[in-house]
Amino acid sequence: MSASTKYEMTASDKRFIGWHMLFAIAALSIGSLFGPLQTFEHAGWDIYAQPWFQALFKSYYQGLTLHGVLNALIWTTFFITGFTTFTVIYGLKRRLRYPIVNHVGWWMMVVGLVTAAIPLLLDWATVLYTFYAPMKAHWLFYVGLTLVVVGSWIEGYGFYLTYYAWRKENPGVRTPLMSFMGVLNMVMWQIATIGIAVEILFFLLPWALGLTKGVDPLLTRTLFWWTGHPLVYFWLLPAYLSWYTMLPKQVGGKLFSDSLARLAFWLFLVLSVPLGFHHQFVDPGVPQGWKMVHAFLTFSVFLPSMFTLFTVTASLEIGGRARGGKGWLGWIWKLPWGDPSVAAQLLAGILFMFGGIGGLINASYNINLVVHNTAWVPGHFHLTVSSAATLSFMGISFWLVPYITGKKLWKPKLALVQVWLWFIGMVIFSNAMHVIGLLGAPRRTPLGLAPYIPEEWSGHLLRIGIGGGILFISVYLYIIIMAVTALSKKVPADEQVEPPVAESLHDPQQTPAWLDRWAIWLVIALALLAIAYGPQIVDQLMHMGATSPGFKVW
Amino acid sequence: MTSKNESLHVDSYERTWIIASIILVILFFIAITIAGTMMGIQVPGQVGRVDPNTVAQSGEFAEPGLRELAPGKYEAHVLAKTWSFDPREITVPKGSTVTFYVTSSDVQHGFKIQDTNMNVMVLPGQVASLTITFDEAGEYPYICTEYCGLGHAAMFGKVIVTD
Repeated sequence: MSASTKYEMTASDKRFIGWHMLFAIAALSIGSLFGPLQTFEHAGWDIYAQPWFQALFKSYYQGLTLHGVLNALIWTTFFITGFTTFTVIYGLKRRLRYPIVNHVGWWMMVVGLVTAAIPLLLDWATVLYTFYAPMKAHWLFYVGLTLVVVGSWIEGYGFYLTYYAWRKENPGVRTPLMSFMGVLNMVMWQIATIGIAVEILFFLLPWALGLTKGVDPLLTRTLFWWTGHPLVYFWLLPAYLSWYTMLPKQVGGKLFSDSLARLAFWLFLVLSVPLGFHHQFVDPGVPQGWKMVHAFLTFSVFLPSMFTLFTVTASLEIGGRARGGKGWLGWIWKLPWGDPSVAAQLLAGILFMFGGIGGLINASYNINLVVHNTAWVPGHFHLTVSSAATLSFMGISFWLVPYITGKKLWKPKLALVQVWLWFIGMVIFSNAMHVIGLLGAPRRTPLGLAPYIPEEWSGHLLRIGIGGGILFISVYLYIIIMAVTALSKKVPADEQVEPPVAESLHDPQQTPAWLDRWAIWLVIALALLAIAYGPQIVDQLMHMGATSPGFKVW
Repeated sequence: MTSKNESLHVDSYERTWIIASIILVILFFIAITIAGTMMGIQVPGQVGRVDPNTVAQSGEFAEPGLRELAPGKYEAHVLAKTWSFDPREITVPKGSTVTFYVTSSDVQHGFKIQDTNMNVMVLPGQVASLTITFDEAGEYPYICTEYCGLGHAAMFGKVIVTD
């Protein structure tokens, strides 16, 4: 059994993580301006059309692009790399092996963010966060995104070098679970982002720079979705990490099964990437057979999420019963709902159950015909990236930011109100989005301007606006709480926050060794990727029609 | 330090849960397979490539629209471009089966006919095709479901199914 879980992190490591949080929350504070404006537009109050607003931002679509890029790509990536740095250092109880590597990666991400922000803010890259060719953004946008992704890779290399050093220092010891999960998520991310890296470096960037005349829209879409779906797992796995390795401690429970937790993560490594065609079910040019294969693989990746649901619930139950909970469900009410960090993550988990069910529907091959590119889809992913991930990240930051700054969380009761507002706002918004999606409303569309929207939908559209308004209040409450916390006075050493580290019900050394070896799982992951994507990518490359010139349509 | 036991310990409730999850997923997969094969609810596949730069000038998309193949059987070629569909209106009698062929001469678009299973991506360079039967009279708007520029929200047309 490992000794104490405590580890004194150095001030400079804490500061390094703090910079990640600062940039993540700054991106969220700008990106979250626009989401509510979209919902208000749906409800009939179009601020985008106001002349004073148009002096700053040109269109609904520019706002939507900023919302998607800053929230879904920047807030997440910066938070996750920072949080992963914490899980590597704190879990392994050692400093980064070569901090310079992590710092180089970090600076690349920052330079990339600034580089991408310029064309975004100047309306030179109003291509949404999927930047589907042949819509052509300014080349700075592609360069900026590339730097963010490559920077995150280099931070990942810093984690691997640290982990490798730890393995040599601790032969035969099971990798501490939080570090294992953090590193695994970075490995999955690096396999996943091969697609987008190839898309940008070989096709979009040369084309945006005028070096090539055309691109193939199908091929670039395929490469995008190689990355696009596992991106969702890159957001989710850090939330799972917290639910498995931290939340049980926060509720006074224990991790139910260390082995199953590791097995679930290995399955995510293997299955997260080779399933991107489920975003292209209704694309012309991809054979139905391959779409079916990817539908099956998408169903398979549902399984580790089901394992997670079991293990996390069982771990919470241990806590609820230890606190005096009785009966089948009585333990739920005994959980420390008054702790904003706990409440945020429990509510995130509840919303995510509906996100998971909706996800299965999206993945269901022909059922996707009903929902593809309708408002259902953003309704769905606001339950995943904006609830399971973002609401959990908010919960994590309620202890992480005080820990790295040596401060105390400002107004925990207000934080509790904030997470409940998020939950309520999201239920209203997401439900209405699902409903109008089923009725046929398209996504990515200012519905107030769409002539084919029937009058009868106005009730749903109003609910979208109300939900968006509540979320708007919630997110800025969060940002204010974080800012005031970070700017408050340091608290004495004995009042400092201790990071929650859950113990496992069984000694992790009992976990079979094959659940702590990388080579075989990496081979399986790459082999499955080659099988699921290889033939189609080769076929698309051989029949490539780089015929589309660029278009600026905004 | 290392445990000799290499087998995975699984709690009995946990095992039940895992098996139930696997069965659930398999049942769902069988259901969509039956819908896809026996009930013919299909998604688009490979039809063929076209050159988006010349598609509006020559070939079947030069004069898009409805063509009757046999009584009650039609094909419709639809060209999507910023920010309209050509044709803007298609009229068929009730009970007609229409095979749609849709492509784009510029950026990506979407083509979704409301209240039907017609919902495809429209990619420049590719032809998207699905067959739909219209059993009830009425108006079915078809709308662009992919962001295609400033005029995207107003990009639509309609199928009129007459009695």
